[in-house]
Amino acid sequence: MAASSHIKDPTREQRDFTGRVIGLFLLALLAIFVLLARMIHLQVADYEKYRTRSDQNRIQVQPIGPPRGLIFDRNGVLLADNQPVFTLGLVAEQIPDLDRLIAELHSLVEFDERDVEVFKKRFERRRRPFESVPLKVVLSEAEIAALAVNRFRLPGVVVEAQLVRHYPMGALMGHAIGSVRRVSEDDLKTLDPVSYSATQFIGKLGIERVYERSLHGEVGYQQVETDARGRIRKVLSVQPPVAGQNLTLQLDTNLQTAATAALGERRGAVVAIDPRTGGILALVSNPGYDPNIFVTGVSAARYKELSEDRQMPLFNRATSGQYAPGSTFKPVVALCGLSLGATNWDRTISDHGFFRLPGQARIYRDWSWTKGNSGGQGIVDLTRAIYRSSNVYFFELASRLEVNDFVKCASKFGYGRNTTVDVLDELPGRLPDPVWKRGAKGEPWYPGDTINMGVGQGDVLATPLQLATVAALIANRGHWMRPRLLLSSDQALAEWDPPPPMPDVTDLVSGSDWERLIDAMEMVVHRGNLGYQQSGTAFPYIGKDLPYRMAGKSGTAQVVGIKQGETYNEKELTEFQRKHAWFIAFAPADAPEIAVSVLVENGGGGSAFAAPVARQVIDAFLVPKLAAR
Amino acid sequence: MSSRDFVRSMPGGGLPGVRRLNNMHLDPLMLLALLGVIVFGLVVLFSALGRDISAFDGQVVRVVLALAIMVIAAQFEPGFYLRWTPLLYGVGMVMLVAVIFAGVTVKGSQRWLELPGLPRFQPSELMKIAVPLMVAWYFNDRPLPPRLGHLLVALALIGAPAALIAIQPDLGTGILVVAAGLAVVVLSGLQWRWMALAALAAAVAAPGLWYVMRDYQRDRVLTLFDPERDPLGAGWNIIQSTTAIGSGGVFGKGLFEGTQSNLDFLPEGQTDFIIAVVAEELGLIGVITLLMLYLMIIARGLYMATQARHTFGRLTVGSLTLTFFVYVFVNIAMVSGLLPVVGVPLPLVSYGGTSAMTLLAGFGIVMSIHTHRGW
Repeated sequence: MAASSHIKDPTREQRDFTGRVIGLFLLALLAIFVLLARMIHLQVADYEKYRTRSDQNRIQVQPIGPPRGLIFDRNGVLLADNQPVFTLGLVAEQIPDLDRLIAELHSLVEFDERDVEVFKKRFERRRRPFESVPLKVVLSEAEIAALAVNRFRLPGVVVEAQLVRHYPMGALMGHAIGSVRRVSEDDLKTLDPVSYSATQFIGKLGIERVYERSLHGEVGYQQVETDARGRIRKVLSVQPPVAGQNLTLQLDTNLQTAATAALGERRGAVVAIDPRTGGILALVSNPGYDPNIFVTGVSAARYKELSEDRQMPLFNRATSGQYAPGSTFKPVVALCGLSLGATNWDRTISDHGFFRLPGQARIYRDWSWTKGNSGGQGIVDLTRAIYRSSNVYFFELASRLEVNDFVKCASKFGYGRNTTVDVLDELPGRLPDPVWKRGAKGEPWYPGDTINMGVGQGDVLATPLQLATVAALIANRGHWMRPRLLLSSDQALAEWDPPPPMPDVTDLVSGSDWERLIDAMEMVVHRGNLGYQQSGTAFPYIGKDLPYRMAGKSGTAQVVGIKQGETYNEKELTEFQRKHAWFIAFAPADAPEIAVSVLVENGGGGSAFAAPVARQVIDAFLVPKLAAR
Repeated sequence: MSSRDFVRSMPGGGLPGVRRLNNMHLDPLMLLALLGVIVFGLVVLFSALGRDISAFDGQVVRVVLALAIMVIAAQFEPGFYLRWTPLLYGVGMVMLVAVIFAGVTVKGSQRWLELPGLPRFQPSELMKIAVPLMVAWYFNDRPLPPRLGHLLVALALIGAPAALIAIQPDLGTGILVVAAGLAVVVLSGLQWRWMALAALAAAVAAPGLWYVMRDYQRDRVLTLFDPERDPLGAGWNIIQSTTAIGSGGVFGKGLFEGTQSNLDFLPEGQTDFIIAVVAEELGLIGVITLLMLYLMIIARGLYMATQARHTFGRLTVGSLTLTFFVYVFVNIAMVSGLLPVVGVPLPLVSYGGTSAMTLLAGFGIVMSIHTHRGW
């Protein structure tokens, strides 16, 4: 400060000041250039980088779920479609107090603890911010209105429309076509996360499961502009989803209705097949259930009620019910006996009502055997053995068959395996042989086992679908058509590689052998009014006024025991211990158009209880056609 | 050349309207530049507000009010300011102390004072003007360049309020108050070598500053060097603002078309970060336009400072102009990632009335000093 004076010098001050100002102005200019350089660096040099970053910020790709393919019956009747339902969803970010909100919603909308539990699980694993999580899937009109009125005091509550699988036929087609369920945690582990990214439902049973890939369709995408909170502001571009394929099934709703009506209140199953194509025309399991209740989630109470019902409505008897085939097995035993040279059409035996192996005490009884009456059916040849269903004839025939040869022959008819093209839920039944018996029971094969098998008892088991397949195979004189549900689709189905055709059994026996067997099966139905023990077993019940030729075979399966875990009171014990009634049939006998199997659980005799159901079903199918010709 | 000659030599300078403005103690060129920034700012702000008419109307009212304050401030004689400066400074200091004991806390900082009958306000805002006025007042009848003793007094006049503001804590405003005061000291003719020495000392002391900073302040400094260290937290603002600026390119995305701002990625897009909206929507062209308007204000202000006849006037006009520029620089440097984030609005553009009123009141004083030729 030596240079500075102690008195003010305005002129010098002014000069100094101007110098300072010029210096500072240059400094300011420099600063502005620094700012400009920075801006040019960001906006020109790194423009691409920041442009991309800004686009990534705002542009999101969202999947759009494809609408599921529709399912029709062979006449174009809609069996499965998609309908909008209104869903109550909650958005986490907008909810101050979840428990209080749920309590408040309880007064407006009906839901139970299980719904809340499921909701909370989903709520915790939600993927995106501001994604709504469904609390209740199907809202009633009243609930929608109540929510709309109270909207202002329910922040974070959204009502959204979504397409949900719907089965217009309800319980009628429930077992026949299966159903979808909401995609579960477990499903997500195995599903393709990309193609199912916007899918709510997945086929879990029946046709819905088998053709899942084609019915599902292909996921679409939309590019959306979202703000920093994830809300959609604008849709930029859309790649629409490809709707699932529409499927037309072999099923005939009219026939399904007739078959269901024919069973009435009784537990049982009916399967009808067109033997010319293998097409399954009707697939009934009674009682059924309405699959719609499962689509959007069934209440715990309702599910408990259904699953513990002694009538077992959820159990698909037609494909999963495995029963002893009883006497319906006899035509196959006859064919195999002929094929193996163990019998012929002229050979006769004397039927005294029971059969006994030489040197053994055990008696195998005919169905007609009663205490104090050991009359039997008299002199019996193969034809009579079929139309009178003589057990003694088949005991004797089976006693002379080598079991492995016989089993090999019977398996050609589809016993013991699933021969269908697309009914993957079907269980295989069982065709026992010595190897199986040693493995399963630890016992050797006794001659008595073969004898029991000769009349379809013992360890042999079959499903109603399998027996309908056998009926169709006999109707075709040994020509195999694998049973199938699919009739046609819009385009070839990508996922389905059909199994190779089953080898025909046409040459197992001669052409005349086939005709004589079918004649004998016609006699089961049509032979009548010829005196004591001369009529076919089913004639009194269905044969008197048939306008067409039907070939059939009754069966009565013994109910061996009661399954574990089921307890019934004394009165029901007797009901559930009664025999199962079977009937298999096809018509017209000369040029069959329909083959049917009927099972009535604990129904009693096959001819009396199952045959009338079979006739009603075939009547419903054939009579209108015959009238039209 | 006198200011009058300069005006006359400008296009339209001889028009009756311009003369009338001069008679109203308003400087036409400065007014033009200020209005240019204000109008430019309102247009961008309308976009940044998401075209919310009611919020925009509120801002228009505040800006008009601020302009009215400027016009009124220009009418007082410079002697009035010289006379009342110590009192203004004294009242400001009292209020800063009052804030410590009776202030209202908003967002963790105790900056506001609520006096009965007055709207809630920040005394620190007042000090942005009071401090340079006070230092200029102090230097007015003392020989310049200042002697060491006078310099130390001046530094105390600056440091006391700045310290009170910094502990609120409001480091940003504290720094701006220091900048305003130091501008006077620099303009007073302090030797360059002293200033170089001071700058060196500051550079040496800077690491020590680290230890007195609070956690959030350290966070901001760290974020400046590496925004990605906490991209959703401390780094979010600066990442989104540089993204907004860079994605604007040379020509911008178009007015109202900025995605960063309209989709709420850019925080504080209406207030401190509004330059990012300018850069995103109007591009480099828009940024250059705004910078040129600011440069006009500064050039005109500094010119006016050289025209003042008395020490107080010179120092006041020059320091208020320089302070204005410091605001501009700090704000833009902060938003573009050159400086740590401090709460400094972009002058005359950011949403809010207080800043505009303080600034325009300052320009009112500038015009008063310039147009009252007795000074």
